[in-house]
Amino acid sequence: MKPDYTLFDRDTVAIFWGLHAAPIQRMLDYDYIVGRKPSISAIVAPTRSQRFHKCFYGTDEVLIPVYRSVEAAAAAHPEADVMVNFASFRTAYGETMAALEEETIRTVAVIAEGIPERLARGMRDRARELGKVVIGPATVGGIAAGAFRIGNSGGTIEAIVAAKLHRPGSVGLVTRSGGLFNELASVIARNADGVVEGIAIGGDRFPGSDFLDHLRRYEKDPRVKFHVMLGEIGGTLEYRVMEALEKREIRKPLIAWCIGTCAGLFPGEVQFGHAGARAGRERETAVAKNRALKEAGALVPDSFDGLPELIRATYEELKEKGEIEETVEPEVPELPLDFAVALKQGKVRRPRNFICTISDDRGEEPTYCGVPMSEVIEGGYSLGDVISLLWFKRRFPKWASEFIEMVLKVVADHGPAVSGAHNARVAARAGKDLVSALASGILTVGPRFGGAIDGAAHWFKWAKEQGLAPDEFVERMKQEGKLIPGIGHRIKSVRNPDKRVELLKAYAGEKFPKTELLDYALEVERVTTAKRENLILNVDGTIGVLFVDLLASLGYSSREIDEVIEAGALNGLFVLGRSIGFIGHILDEKRLGMPLYRHPWDDILYAVERPSN
Amino acid sequence: MAQRGIREYHGKAILHRNWADYFGAEFRYPFRAALVGPDTDLAGLQAKHPWLRKERLVVKPDQLFGKRGKHGLVQVDKTWEEVRAWIETHQEKRMKIGNVEGKLTHFLVEPYIPHAPEEERYLAFTTGDDGDTAYMSPLGGVDIEELWDKVVEVHIPSTISIEEVEELIRSSVPEGVPDREAFGKFASGLYRLFCDLHFTYLELNPVVIKDDEVFPLDLVARLDDTAQFLVGKKWGQIEFPAPFGRELTPEEGLIKELDEKSGASLKLTILNPEGRIWTLVAGGGASVVYTDTIADLGAAGELANYGEYSGNPTTSETYAYAKTVLDLMTRKPDPKGRPKVLIIGGGIANFTDVSRTFDGIIQALREYADRLKKVGVRIYVRRGGPGYQEGLRRIKEACEELGLPCEVYGPELHMTAIVPMALKEA
Repeated sequence: MKPDYTLFDRDTVAIFWGLHAAPIQRMLDYDYIVGRKPSISAIVAPTRSQRFHKCFYGTDEVLIPVYRSVEAAAAAHPEADVMVNFASFRTAYGETMAALEEETIRTVAVIAEGIPERLARGMRDRARELGKVVIGPATVGGIAAGAFRIGNSGGTIEAIVAAKLHRPGSVGLVTRSGGLFNELASVIARNADGVVEGIAIGGDRFPGSDFLDHLRRYEKDPRVKFHVMLGEIGGTLEYRVMEALEKREIRKPLIAWCIGTCAGLFPGEVQFGHAGARAGRERETAVAKNRALKEAGALVPDSFDGLPELIRATYEELKEKGEIEETVEPEVPELPLDFAVALKQGKVRRPRNFICTISDDRGEEPTYCGVPMSEVIEGGYSLGDVISLLWFKRRFPKWASEFIEMVLKVVADHGPAVSGAHNARVAARAGKDLVSALASGILTVGPRFGGAIDGAAHWFKWAKEQGLAPDEFVERMKQEGKLIPGIGHRIKSVRNPDKRVELLKAYAGEKFPKTELLDYALEVERVTTAKRENLILNVDGTIGVLFVDLLASLGYSSREIDEVIEAGALNGLFVLGRSIGFIGHILDEKRLGMPLYRHPWDDILYAVERPSN
Repeated sequence: MAQRGIREYHGKAILHRNWADYFGAEFRYPFRAALVGPDTDLAGLQAKHPWLRKERLVVKPDQLFGKRGKHGLVQVDKTWEEVRAWIETHQEKRMKIGNVEGKLTHFLVEPYIPHAPEEERYLAFTTGDDGDTAYMSPLGGVDIEELWDKVVEVHIPSTISIEEVEELIRSSVPEGVPDREAFGKFASGLYRLFCDLHFTYLELNPVVIKDDEVFPLDLVARLDDTAQFLVGKKWGQIEFPAPFGRELTPEEGLIKELDEKSGASLKLTILNPEGRIWTLVAGGGASVVYTDTIADLGAAGELANYGEYSGNPTTSETYAYAKTVLDLMTRKPDPKGRPKVLIIGGGIANFTDVSRTFDGIIQALREYADRLKKVGVRIYVRRGGPGYQEGLRRIKEACEELGLPCEVYGPELHMTAIVPMALKEA
């Protein structure tokens, strides 16, 4: 058991409210350099599903359990008697009140700024009623030197060591401001031997605990030899300290200063930085408080600038009297540098595992191949342009982008009977979600379904480059027992042409600079349709060869075109376009709410035979 | 910000809006009021509030300052035509109230409620450290300060229940009030409203209660603006105007807007645009200390601004903030040709990234370098905290490159030690 005047010692552990990685890490970094075990035993994060939060302790990584409520965290961690509350101003009140009701929690530090005054006063009252302590709101917290750090208090580890906040000295410090807390700690380190403990009570009008609450604890703490208090304009909390001085409740030397002495010089009302910093009455001005503090027996300098000298003189005097001994400086282990920091400072390098050359989401706005999103939208980029940027890393001319969109439209759907759409519908009727049903349809795409675009592009290009005459190509494929991809249609024929093919050909004829492979494929078609009416160049074949013509027209070399085909870009066009249709089929099934599909027995030829032996 | 004054009109509108929840049918509040601002279309207002033409009226400025009657600014028992004429002669008029000078912009027009002076009561609530205080007096009106000894002060501890509060208030209604029971009921209902709606100050002086009708003839109110997220809907459409005589300059307005949009804190008050000492200080506490120090050294008259940035603002926020200050300080040179000083100060930050915020300041310094040189600026920097070495190095290099005289210090120098250095030059 620690004495009642001690809120934090080297064994104190806390529940940390809010999954704020930076202050959690800062607390553990502090623990590491002062050589104590991690000071956070649980984290409360009501909206997170993760069970643990991972953070560094020195070079090791430790797991801190995450709970959904203060109650659950306190029940699992009765050893934690502090809650560091990083909840926002909206939730901080409720969570603080919940923590105060936990028997095991004695101290709650509330960081949030902007908690309504009436609620802050209620928090304070409840804590007093229960004999507990609220630090804040609107504070950075404080530090028990060498023992426990609240959140971000003290700043960087370097600043903490410079201000000697990593080991106890002889001073009890209490300030209103969190920013000046560091400044004062630093002044005390330079002019005396550092603080035992420092608390920033926060800038609000009704802090949970005030100057006197902490000075009373310091008064009882034998390690504290003198106090430093930094008050400010506004409010009357400093008068409680004066009363205690007059009643001799505070006997150790108290160095005090209230900032805001300038206020009287300005006409009208100027709201200073802190919410509580507004002097309504003469009594609340910094000048009046400094005068009263002096009269009550505090050591009050003439200005803020007089503080260092006064602190030094008091320290030297107590040292001379033998009340303060020389401190032994502990070894401070070096804190490992965070990778991100080291990287920024150019101290480490690391090979990257991935390379990305098409987009970047790190800046003000995402870019597609260097083109910012705003330019994509405001500059009137078409969907085809976006595809050309992300797939081919350049903006295609209008005729080519339009062709891409035309292909997407043409392949978007081909009715519910084709195998991919059928599979998507069957999966949707099995109650699967859209993504699963879509995947079921897409996974059907391959050499036999939708894959002819790829095949056609490949084989027609190959044949033409081999210098095969159209009839030679047809003969060659026949000898090898291969069907020519992109040739043949179930119903359509020379006399009953496929409208889609007509449109694509007409477009290419008008807009493409050249259509050499299409011309070749049409010669092949003349050979095949001579054999049978329906062996026409079908829509897949047309798209395949025209895409090769498109790339060739844009200056792609033969090898580059092969790479595009091999990488699957043409299949990609089919999958992208057909996904539109698949999603339509799935949404259609969802709307219809049809039950699970079961194939009828009578549509299956059961040809099962038992093996003979 | 916490406590902020609201217009009398809005205070009354809040009462009206929430009236039924606190007084049921027991008391009625015949709320009729019209707010006239600089852009109000008086003809349109008259169409919206037909009573303006039918009733005798009261008009007065509604700009967070008191003692309006004593300044001859309350017109009683007038017709709409008279009110309009009076507003037209007073709109935009500059007035000195106490030691503050400002411009009249907003007026409240209400029906005139004829009543005898003996019917005027006083009722007010304030919040305090260990509870709230109710003030009640049978003698309300403009002379309340002279009659303050008749006011009953009731301390309401923050820890007692609402039933206990009601009992306490009812039993404390001063003897001189004719219908103590009714007044007590009204006062305790109003106190509940005061608490629930996060008022920090509410004064009805005078208030006249006739049977079940309540007429708060004059009302002063402050709200805890941080409670917006809790009771903003119950407040309705209200605004928090700047105190009289502290109308925001365009630059202050710009920073206020920036502050409201940001998670960080950015504050700017211009004290004397002709001043030669300008500050860009980080931290609410530190900024006060710098101002104190400047005043202590006898240079308050030369101090141009009060302000602070804190809570880890982004580079672009700091840039916008610094740019605003630099723009103001470089508008014209000192008439006597003396140099100006810029104090870029701050304590040892807890988590504000010094190099990031300084990057914003440096960006502004680059943009204003020529203008800064023209007014003969000398720059003094003192700062600590995360990334301070980097930040200090960059600002030093930038000033050298730009040819701006600059002295740069870290946490090893006492926070305000740059002030005497700067003042020696100024």
